[in-house]
Amino acid sequence: MSAPRSQPAGLTKWIVTLPPTLFLLAFFLVPALIVVVAGFRETGEFGGLAPIDSLAALTLDAYRFLGGDVIYLEIFARSFLVAALTTLLCIVLAYPLAWLIARSPRQRRDFLVLLVILPFASNFLVRIYAWIMLLGPVNLLYTPFAVIVGMVYAHLPFMVLPLYTNLEKHDPALLEAAQDLGANAWTRFWRVTFPLSLPGIFSGSALVFIPVLGMFAVPELLGGTGDILIGNLIKEQFLENRDWPLGSALSIMLTACVLALAGLTAWASKRGLHGTEAVS
Amino acid sequence: MNSSRFWLWTASLATYAFLYIPLAVVVLFSFNDSVLNAEWVGFTTRWYTKLLHDDDMLHAAANSLLIALVSSSVSTLLGAMAGLSMHRYRPRWLPFLVLTPVAMPEILLGVSLLLFFRQVLDLSLGLFSILAAHITFSIGFVAVIVRARLAGMDESIFEAARDLGATPWATFRRVTLPLIMPALVAGFLMAFTLSIDDFVITFFVAGVGVNTLPLQIYSMIKVAITPEVNAVSTLLMALTLTLILVASRLAPDVLKARQ
Repeated sequence: MSAPRSQPAGLTKWIVTLPPTLFLLAFFLVPALIVVVAGFRETGEFGGLAPIDSLAALTLDAYRFLGGDVIYLEIFARSFLVAALTTLLCIVLAYPLAWLIARSPRQRRDFLVLLVILPFASNFLVRIYAWIMLLGPVNLLYTPFAVIVGMVYAHLPFMVLPLYTNLEKHDPALLEAAQDLGANAWTRFWRVTFPLSLPGIFSGSALVFIPVLGMFAVPELLGGTGDILIGNLIKEQFLENRDWPLGSALSIMLTACVLALAGLTAWASKRGLHGTEAVS
Repeated sequence: MNSSRFWLWTASLATYAFLYIPLAVVVLFSFNDSVLNAEWVGFTTRWYTKLLHDDDMLHAAANSLLIALVSSSVSTLLGAMAGLSMHRYRPRWLPFLVLTPVAMPEILLGVSLLLFFRQVLDLSLGLFSILAAHITFSIGFVAVIVRARLAGMDESIFEAARDLGATPWATFRRVTLPLIMPALVAGFLMAFTLSIDDFVITFFVAGVGVNTLPLQIYSMIKVAITPEVNAVSTLLMALTLTLILVASRLAPDVLKARQ
């Protein structure tokens, strides 16, 4: 009796697994691989890519071009700087909020979390637009300041949520123990709470840093002409210059950065966890 | 209240104010009886009336609703399958395929789909490319919500159903489906708001033919800022707000999935 039962179970597995797998192979993995190939192609006569019959003619032109001009390096450096500053400001703003929520009575926590999410329910462009309205009249629009404010505003909940999830799990007995051993509030924070919250900070930082790296709408709508980031560069190559090989090469480099960061975060939060084991 | 508690509250209230004041200003000025967004003149609803007669805007809104409805239906189906499969069969490649599109910068998905549709399929961009793109990035959100719901359930319920002689299909229909229904509804609403809100990916795969609400807002902001933008922003805010609230009621995991 068990044989016919296991037979349909195997079939069920594929009925459930195949449709999403095939869909994502077709519309996620294959397009991603095409970008990799496109980075080694030549530009077509009317922009885009050279015809597909010259598939064998792979070239490093796009990468050579990128390496030949220091402006690209500058834009990458600026993108990393903006992402780092945004992440840092998000940590500073999110920490008190996440802590307050984590230490609130249970029935109030969900409400306070919802209050952080709700502004996020509004359209991304509306949130940028709100800052155009606020910063325009005080002459702060089209400045690096406006870009940072817009970035922080758009990504803050990504920092609050993982940090809150982490802080919520802390055992209050650790703080009591520290207090009994004579640690003041400041010492208790730096020696107990902060080290224990590192995994939350790391995952929040990845959720803020990575999307900021590729953002083009915030610099375009809030920043000046000198504030363009990798995202603007990619968008420009695909939609305005129609230099698809160059755009693809830039996308690959951004992907490489993202993968490196994701790896680093995974490694760091693992180390962070080991660190907390030593503390507890 | 001791001093550290006082500072905690002060800092948190300041951050909440930072989150809400900009949106409150947009809503307030959508009722301002002035063509300029600079000063408050008086109350009016004329910007909302103007929206009702703006054909471009109505067209964009209709497109957005249609795309959101179809793409969230398909991604709920595919996402639920992915969530079920990840929970029960744990194929190693599936989390990679399902979660990577959610985790990477949106622009990368946008340009890769643009290349794919134009260069490989030689398809003109429009409804189909937007739908495919929206389904691709929504599947992951639905899958996470469904998997979280399944992970929180007692496996013995399914064993009991099987012991009582239920076929796999009957177990699914009579036990699994009713249990994951709140997650399916929440996933659908989440996919719907993601679709109706998406700007970056849609921007790359929309082509010239089809306009959506965010694309329409984008072109309005770029050209000139009018109070009409405030009005459409307020309406869009009200819609997505309602959907998120309903979704978070049905499945609290929605809040976590949006990370």
